[in-house]
This record gives sequence, C-alpha cells and structure tokens, in this order.
Amino acid sequence: MDKQQNQHGLHRWNRREFIKMAGAGAAALATLSIAGCDAGKDGPHAARPSVSGSMTYRESKKGEKVSLLGFGMMRLPTVDKRALQRGSTAAIDQELVNSLVAEALEYGVNYFDTSPRYAQGQSERVLGIALKPFPRDKYLIATKLSNFTESDWSREASIAMYENSFKELQIEMIDYMLLHGIGMGDDAMKAFNSRYIDNGMLDFLLEQREKGRIRNLGFSYHGDIRIFDHALAMGVDWDFVQIQLNYIDWKHAKEINTRNTNAEYLYGELQKRNIPAIIMEPVLGGRLASMNGNRKAIAMLKAADPESTPAQWALRYAGHHKGVLTVLSGMTFREHLRENIATYSPLKPLNDSELEMLEKVAELMVGFKTLPCNTCQYCMPCPYGLDIPSIFEHYNHCVSEENYVADTHDAHYGSARRAFLVGYDRSVPKLRQADHCTGCGRCVPHCPQRIDIPKEMVKIDRFVESLKQQKNLETGKA
Amino acid sequence: MLKTIRIALAALFFTGITWLFLDVTETAQYLLGWMACIQFLPAVLALSIGIVALLVLLTLLFGRIYCSTICPLGVFQDIFAWLGTRRGKKRYHFSKARNRLRYGALAAFVLLGVLGVHSLALLLAPYSAYGRIAQNLFSPVYRAGNNLLALLAERAGSYAFSASDISIRSLPTFGIALAFFALIAFLAFRHGRIWCNTLCPVGTVLGFLSRFAWFRPVLDREKCVRCRLCEERCKAGCIDTQTQTVDSSRCVACMNCIGDCPKGAIRLTHEKRESTMKAPAEIEESSSAEAMEQARLSTARRGFLLALPAVLFAALPAGARAEDNRTDGGLAELKPRRQPKRTLPVRPPGALGQKNFTTRCTACQLCVAACPNGVLRPSTSALGLMQPEMGFDRGFCRPECRRCSDICPTGAIQRIGDSEKSSIHIGYAIWDKALCLPATGGDACGNCERHCPNGSISLISFTAPNGKKVQVPAVDKERCIGCGACEYVCPARPVSAIHVTGYEVHRIN
Repeated sequence: MDKQQNQHGLHRWNRREFIKMAGAGAAALATLSIAGCDAGKDGPHAARPSVSGSMTYRESKKGEKVSLLGFGMMRLPTVDKRALQRGSTAAIDQELVNSLVAEALEYGVNYFDTSPRYAQGQSERVLGIALKPFPRDKYLIATKLSNFTESDWSREASIAMYENSFKELQIEMIDYMLLHGIGMGDDAMKAFNSRYIDNGMLDFLLEQREKGRIRNLGFSYHGDIRIFDHALAMGVDWDFVQIQLNYIDWKHAKEINTRNTNAEYLYGELQKRNIPAIIMEPVLGGRLASMNGNRKAIAMLKAADPESTPAQWALRYAGHHKGVLTVLSGMTFREHLRENIATYSPLKPLNDSELEMLEKVAELMVGFKTLPCNTCQYCMPCPYGLDIPSIFEHYNHCVSEENYVADTHDAHYGSARRAFLVGYDRSVPKLRQADHCTGCGRCVPHCPQRIDIPKEMVKIDRFVESLKQQKNLETGKA
Repeated sequence: MLKTIRIALAALFFTGITWLFLDVTETAQYLLGWMACIQFLPAVLALSIGIVALLVLLTLLFGRIYCSTICPLGVFQDIFAWLGTRRGKKRYHFSKARNRLRYGALAAFVLLGVLGVHSLALLLAPYSAYGRIAQNLFSPVYRAGNNLLALLAERAGSYAFSASDISIRSLPTFGIALAFFALIAFLAFRHGRIWCNTLCPVGTVLGFLSRFAWFRPVLDREKCVRCRLCEERCKAGCIDTQTQTVDSSRCVACMNCIGDCPKGAIRLTHEKRESTMKAPAEIEESSSAEAMEQARLSTARRGFLLALPAVLFAALPAGARAEDNRTDGGLAELKPRRQPKRTLPVRPPGALGQKNFTTRCTACQLCVAACPNGVLRPSTSALGLMQPEMGFDRGFCRPECRRCSDICPTGAIQRIGDSEKSSIHIGYAIWDKALCLPATGGDACGNCERHCPNGSISLISFTAPNGKKVQVPAVDKERCIGCGACEYVCPARPVSAIHVTGYEVHRIN
C-alpha cells in the first residue's frame, strides 16, 4: 500500500514539474492530462485548493527559495489519540501524512519543520518516510537539537540525538538546524549554557555547518528575553531565528504574561541584524482560528471580509512582515492545508486599515480569560498523574462556550455548571484533575508559553469547588 | 381481584425500592425515600413508633400483607416462585410449621444483635438482604446502562447523562450478596416462601401477629371437597386440605387461593379463632413418582439459576476494569492506594457515633448506593461486616452533600442540616511524618492545607532528614471535622501521609 501511495505521489509531482515548464510539447501535455484525470478521481483529492496564483516564496540568506507556508510536524494526524499517548508507534496515520505532504509539495510548500521530540519522538521518522519518494532538492527539512532533559545535556547524548535525526529522516544533510527552545527553564541561562555551551555543542554544530552537513543554523526562542539578547550578541552568524509571532503577541505578549516579550521587539532585533525570521504559533495552536469562541472578535473579522476565515487573517498577518522567511503551521487536516495554501498563493499583503482592525481584535482577545495553552504536551508527564493539557483544554473550552459562569445568580448558572462539571469528569479522570496538583512546579520550566501551571491549577480547582458547592466564587456565598 | 391488587402493590413497591438502590441521580431518593422508611426492621431500629404501629395494625387487620407487597425480599422470592411454578407441573403441598426453627432464629437474631455481633444477625434481615443484592448485583448492570447513555450523550455533545462509578465496593459483601441471591432464589424456586416461614425474623414476628388477624383466608368446611387446588397453589405451604385449616401465621396474604376455588370454599373473611386453630393433621407424603418428577424438572431450572449469577458476576470485573484501560502512556501511572489503618472506622455525619451506627445499621447498602463521592463502602472487618464505613481513595465527604443522612431508613445515619454537616466532627486527621512528601525530603506539597474546607491544617516550617527546609502540615485536631479532603488529595502512595480516624462519639460545636 505504501509503495503504491508513493508511486502515486511521484506521478503527481512530475505532473506539476511539467506544468511549470509551460512550453513543453503538446504530446507531453496530452499524456499528462490522462494522469491528471486519474488524480482527479482520487477520493480526497477530488476538491482542489482554490488558488488564485502560485505560492509566495521568500529568499534565505543562502539564496534558497522558501515557501511562505511551512509545514509544522509537531501535531500529526493519528489513528487513535490514546494509542499515541501510550507511545504506540502504530498510532500515527502515516498514509494520511504521506498524502498531505505530497499535496503540500504539489502546491509549492517546500519547508518541513520537525524535531526529535515531536509526536512522542515519531515525527522525524514519519516525515522521513513521507518525503522519501520525492527528489531531495525539492524540499527543505528543519529539525532541532531538542536536548531539554538533563539526561540529554552531555555532549555524547546530544551528538547521539543529532546523528539520530539523519537516520530517522533518511537524509545526508539538514537544511535548517535549530537550537530548540532557548530561553526555557527556570534558570534559562544555566539551561542554555548546559545544553549548548559547556558541552561544546554550539561549536560542534558550527563545525557541522562548515562541513556542509548543516546548511542553515539558527535557534528557536521562548521565554527569558535575556537569552534571546545574549544569543544575538554572542557573535554567532545565525542564518535564521524562529520566534512566536502573531497579531496578539506583536504588542500584547506582555499583557498575557509579564514574563513574555512582545514579538515586535523580537522581530525588530532580527531586522536590525538582517536575520530572517521563521514564525511559529501564527495561529496560537488554533486559538486564532476559533477565536476562543469570542463572537465579537469573529464578527469584526467577518465584517472586514465575510469570505475570509480567522485563521487566514492570522496567517496573512504573520506573512506580511517582509523579514519573515516562512510561517509554520501544523496541518493535521487536509482542509487546513488547503486553506493555508490558498492564503499564501499568493499572499495578499495587509493594508493599514486591516492592520488597525487586527490590532483592535487583539485588544479584544487579550481581555478574554482563556489560558494560553497550546496543548504542546511539553509539561507531561506530570509525576503526580495530572493530565495538565486536558485540564486546560477543558477549561478553555468551557470559557469559549460560555460555560464558565461563576455568578450563582446568572440565568445560565445551572446549565453551565452541569456542562463544566460533567464535561470535566469526561475530559479528565477524577484522580488526574486539578485538585491533585501538589504545586511541585516541575512542569513550569517546560512550558513554552510560560504559564504558571500550579497557580492556574489552584484557580481551576477553586472554581470547580465553588461549582460543586454552588457558591459564588468571589463572595463564597450561595 | 384481591390477587390483582396484591400484585399491583407488590410491583409498585418492588420497582420503587429497586430503583432507590439503582438511581444515580437524586430523583428516586426524593420521590421514594419513604419506601425504605416503611420497612419493618428499619422502622423498629429508627424507633419510628408510628410506622411500626401502622404495620402492626395492618397485620392485625389483613395478615402479612407486608410480606407480600412491601418487603422487597418477599416479592423477589415471589418472582422466582412464579418462575418455578410457571409450567403448571410444579405443585406445593402443605408442610408442618417449623416453629422451633422460626422462634429459634428470631431469638438468635435478637440475641446476636444485643450482643453486638451485628454481622451475623444482619444476614437474616430481609430488607437489607435484598438491598445488598440490589446494590451489589443489579446496580452495576444499571450503571453500565447509564454509562452507555452517558457515552452516547457525550458523542452528541449533551450533558443529560453523566458516567457513574461501577466497582465492587467490598469483596466479602459482594460475595455474601451473591450467595444470598443464589440461595434465596433457589429456595423460592423450589419451595416458595420457605425462607419467610423459617429464618426471616420479621416473618416470624409478623406471623405471630397474623395469628390474630381480623381477616384471614378461611376454608368453609361445608363447601370444601378437598380437591387440593388451593393447597397446591399455596407457596407458603400453610393450607391443609386434610384438616381443612389454614395456618394464618405462615400465610403471606398473597391471595392466590382466593377466588380460584370452584366451590367458593375459601374466602378472606373474619371468623372466630377456634375453628381454624385445630391441630394440624399428619402431613400427606407426596408420592415417590411425583417427587422424582419434581427433581427432574428442578435440575433443568437449576442450571439456569446457577448461570444467571455467573453471568452477572462475569459482567462486573470487566466494567470495573474499563477505568484502568483509559490510562494513557503520555500520563504518569496512577499508583494504587491502600486504606490506612484507622483506630476506629469513620462513620458519616449524622451517625452520632460508633454505637448508634452499629446497633441500628442493617447494612442495606442504601447509603453506599447513594454516596456520590465513592466514600461509603461496606466494612470488611469481622464484627461490623457489611456495615458501611468511610474511605477516601475515590473522593471525600463533600461539604454540600447530605445524601446518606437523607436516605438512611434506620436512624443509623440521622437527618442533619447544612450547618450541622460542616460542624459535626466525625473524626480527625493524623499526619504521618514518615510518609509525607516534603517531610521526607521530596517535592514541596501543601495540598492537604489547600484543600481543608475549614482551615484546620496550617503549614509550618520543618527540616527534612536531608537538611531541606520544608513546609509540612500541622493539624488542629479540635477544628478538624474528619471529612477526609486531606487524605483524598495527599500524593503519598500507597498510603496517604495524612489520614482520618473516626471518633467513638461524634462531637458538635
């Protein structure tokens, strides 16, 4: 089956190549139209992305043409979500990944971003399999040195992780190599030094770039701003830097969490140094697609263009900055892939009134009390058995659905209370709920969004307790 | 007509009480809680003089109507007796009253109760024997159905149904319930109401009273032709057509004999006692051929009867294990918990203390069925076997909940109000330094302090053996009400580092 799928993918790739060469002979076109018919009948491929032109490309320092849409491989389509959490290797839907990757390539997406840590360590292998049938010069692979845990800090363990990436991805050269998530950790400077400096790994990677096994070297940044500044100031010639950028984080990252830094500053620093930016979290793990159910925000976006989706606005925002090389989006559904391809084929730059409108939407969203959790699972497993992302997901879901009602006199209190409590037990088993958080804080340094997880657990627990007792959260009265 | 009324009433009470044990919402409790309160033994234990007087009066008027309609174990037996006679071949016959056994069992029941050996005495209590069967055997099946609906509701995005816990709360009690289910069903299937007229203490008391009942089934000697139709229908075996007498102390007033007599010789009526109180004649031996036929028939049915509990039993552990299967690899394994050793068991608020609770509780499991927090479970200790006690591995005694106190029919757990709920001290928490996470140099915690509903735990500075400066809990014993919130949220495994032990006498302040 895999073989068949791959051959099929190759076929369609060739077709695209030929179409690009518009001057090809009529005979060639005739044969291709037959192949085109075959592809057209093929189940999910029946509907094509509605593209008005071709993909927008940006140029890297080394002169590579990079598609503005980058395929993020952190969340992958699974056959069974629970099986994935159990670490089963059969759980990822490889066939679907193959077909999504093939379709992405066909429409000009050429940047694929993975890590040894994504999808419980399966992402690199799955991507390697999906890309194998295509010519190596048609795609760019980005992976990372994800030596987060202390056991991976040694030089040997880090090099082993690095070498393993080649094996899993089945490649000889990594196009884009990143120091993964610098600035994270409760003592970010210590973590940075232990992971990349004291063990000589940064020097090692620079050597590898010299030798040509790495083409571009950069880092991805979350968290402590001192590390960002330090990394830029240390005299390394970074080919690119990956930052979190979207219309909320541009000016409001600090309002969401005082420990965060606005994307405006990060991007500005990179521009000053002429370093291309790669954008992560342009849609905030889907929260800028659902707008957290904030009807007013959705109405504002729809008023500006009734035919655009919120996710399209978010992607256009991330892409319109000229210094952006590519915008990463995790696309587990074909519909997301198609919509994103359409958004960037080609990119329609934002005008001033549109930017103003998005800033107003951002201000509105900041006032909403959802947690900035993107369910990345970096905090897991909690040693006390809590299911942290599921607790936050349930909480955010209830806030979006307006089932977070603390006022006992509210007309919807009864139904909202039931939805919150019954839904809570459905989403999270009782012994994994917020009340079992001991506040040990081990999860805190792992959160890229810098959520104070124990504090939020106490808040959610207090709210649940007030619901159970049917007492007002603030006053403690019934 | 009388029989139809009896069946209708029996069906009403039986389904009502069964629902009371099965319901996962509070609906049944509010609508039908009284059905448990009018049970004879619970009413006696609750000292509900009015109810006992009414039941006595009812018996003095119509005989043991209680046994054929109100008592759930009686109706339960009628169902199996009916299954046993359905094919028309099975016939009852008169048997002599086993009065020594009856009064002996009653005396033993009272004596054991007075001596405090409740676990043995309670085995005979009819209403609670049925309660144990319903809670242990029927409830898991009902809950499995409810959970299926909850699953469907979840798929449909509805919150109409929520999943409930299916688990065996205590293995010994489950075993006893299963054994009684098999025993009583078998006896009823083969011999009708033999249990009620031998071992049941309530049956013996009401039987004694019904000797003096105003209305009783009476055989008209003029009309009776000794066709034995009524005798063969009598599942209590109390009609003797030879002597043309009815032993009204064993008659459970099922009315099966009334109205079917072709001569109209048996009627429910008032008659002077002398005519019916003649010494019973010799028991007529059933022919050996008839006995053989009965034996043959019953073996076939025995297979079915034995298979039924086996099926129920097999379904149970599977349901209980479903929870475990949800555990995912991305999550840390939840280590199993063990109950701590408590000096005294913790009894729920309203129980007043150990003595009131153990003397009044009939171990019917109604509170266990009603407890929404998984706290109450039958005891496994020898003396208090089957009587509920509290454990805090699934939840704790929540401040807003008073369901056990609202539902208990015997006064073992008495009615309390909202303010009493949080002011009754049922026990107190004990901190175990050797198990506490921070005290042994582990992670910082303080979860018990955060969750104590009335602030009786405070955190104090402490130096762990490894020299780490930590915060550990200190319990204000006088403030602590013993709700178990601290024990529930304590991360220490397998035994919580803070546990509740019960008071002998509950305190209020």
